Amino acid sequence: MEKTVNQKAWFLVLPVLVLVSFSAIIPLMTVVNYSVQDSFGQNQFFWAGLVWFEDILTSERMHSALGRQALFTGIILAIQVPLGIFVALNMPKSGFWSTFCLVTMSLPLLIPWNVVGTIWQIFGRVDIGLLGYTLDAIGIDYNYTQDALDAWITLIVMDVWHWTSLIALLAFAGLKSIPDAYYQAARIDQASRWKVFRYIELPKMSGVLTIAILLRFMDSFKIYTEPFVVTGGGPGNATTFLSIDLVKMALGQFDLGPAAAFSIMYFLVILAISWVFYTVMTNLDKQGGV
Amino acid sequence: MADKTTSRISGSTVVMGLYLLFLMLPVYWLVNMSLKTNDEILSAFTLWPRDLTFANYATILTDASWYMGYVNSIIYVTLNTVISITVALPAAYAFSRYSFVGDKHLFFWLLTNRMAPPAVFALPFFQLYSSVGLFDTHIAVALAHTLFNVPLAVWILEGFMRGVPKEIDETAYIDGYGFGRFFVKIFMPLIASGIGVAAFFCFMFSWVELLLSRTLTSVDAKPIAATMTRTVGASGVDWGVLAAAGVLTILPGALVIYFVRNYIAKGFALGRV
Repeated sequence: MEKTVNQKAWFLVLPVLVLVSFSAIIPLMTVVNYSVQDSFGQNQFFWAGLVWFEDILTSERMHSALGRQALFTGIILAIQVPLGIFVALNMPKSGFWSTFCLVTMSLPLLIPWNVVGTIWQIFGRVDIGLLGYTLDAIGIDYNYTQDALDAWITLIVMDVWHWTSLIALLAFAGLKSIPDAYYQAARIDQASRWKVFRYIELPKMSGVLTIAILLRFMDSFKIYTEPFVVTGGGPGNATTFLSIDLVKMALGQFDLGPAAAFSIMYFLVILAISWVFYTVMTNLDKQGGV
Repeated sequence: MADKTTSRISGSTVVMGLYLLFLMLPVYWLVNMSLKTNDEILSAFTLWPRDLTFANYATILTDASWYMGYVNSIIYVTLNTVISITVALPAAYAFSRYSFVGDKHLFFWLLTNRMAPPAVFALPFFQLYSSVGLFDTHIAVALAHTLFNVPLAVWILEGFMRGVPKEIDETAYIDGYGFGRFFVKIFMPLIASGIGVAAFFCFMFSWVELLLSRTLTSVDAKPIAATMTRTVGASGVDWGVLAAAGVLTILPGALVIYFVRNYIAKGFALGRV
């Protein structure tokens, strides 16, 4: 749609600007402020320059947390995106069962994140949880509090359980927008199931899928509550992702300077990758001729 | 051909059946546990409650320090939804209809707030709201949650508004409508489903968030999700009550989904289908 140039539109954006400035810019400036200072207690602060940034950039701790985070996000995206698309392709298109599936699938999305953690914490326990007990009963040595690999698997299955529906619902919305004529044309051409998917369904879903991947990337990169409840970052540091490490540093040890420098770099990483997604997405929007 | 369709339908049914089973099993287990006594939970492994009890729910619904957690959560979630939608509506209209200096940058800047990890903001928020005397109030949590809900609401509403032809605006202005009256009387009813979807998302993300709401409250506005940590006491974990509290946090979400069920698919695509 052609947009009119109108500078007065700024007035319409003003309320958002004021509100978000209050809740984003002021806190962010506080973080920046801490990141360049050092404190010896009693609220005495000293200029520290970029020392904290150098510290954090070279610290083993940040590198390994970032590595774990990237691995986690990579794995869950690699599972959730294909699985979500697959589920969407198999959903009933209309009628009672379609609504039933939609409602059931949305349910995990609306469970508070610490309750999600609690559900899986209970579910995986060897003594009282269905999953843990069953695995134990069939002779698999499973214990997510002791074994790093088990902890990882539990967290990944939990995240797949929690968020695959989001991708499936988005993909489903994309699929529903495809006119029947496309499928009829494909049938006349005797296109195989794979070709229908590759040349009709996938291109039509690409827009919403980018949104899905963007949302999942952002949210999985800032995951905190669920792993905190289930494993608390352990065993050892095996599941200490970026947010968990940051909260430990800022609120646990009260190392404000390093924590602030950590925050800023953490935010910048997310920002950079999300910007790439966002650019791709707006370009797709344009191609779609909206 | 006919055979092929039937086999494909049943294949789909199996896939969906398995997936829904996977989604529902952990939830079933929570409900199952909430209806058991602690003795049964710890001593015997039972697939359904042998000794059905509602005592765990009674504990929560009769103790003010428990059920006030739900009331607090619902108050700040509602406040947040109202604030977010109110400020997002005019902004989304501006983004969907006009181009102005810095619009693209502004839109991306808004989205960056959706990307910001709450862990980064927890401590500064605590200090900010303490210094203005809002610590432990509902409005503090509601305002803090606008950080990620306002950008999302703007994003969703902008998607829905783009679908409304601009001719409608122009006709209304020619007919002598002022901006305010046009917006409320004509435009808002047209995007009612979009507003519903945006409100649903604001509700959802405010309801499920814990880190900020826990950091910003201590007693008076403490959310239910934070209250749940109480079940871990000196005598171990009170599993039954913990499970019952968990089940009760799922209910408002289920209720909200039921109301917006016909818009869910489009809503999750943020109006861009």
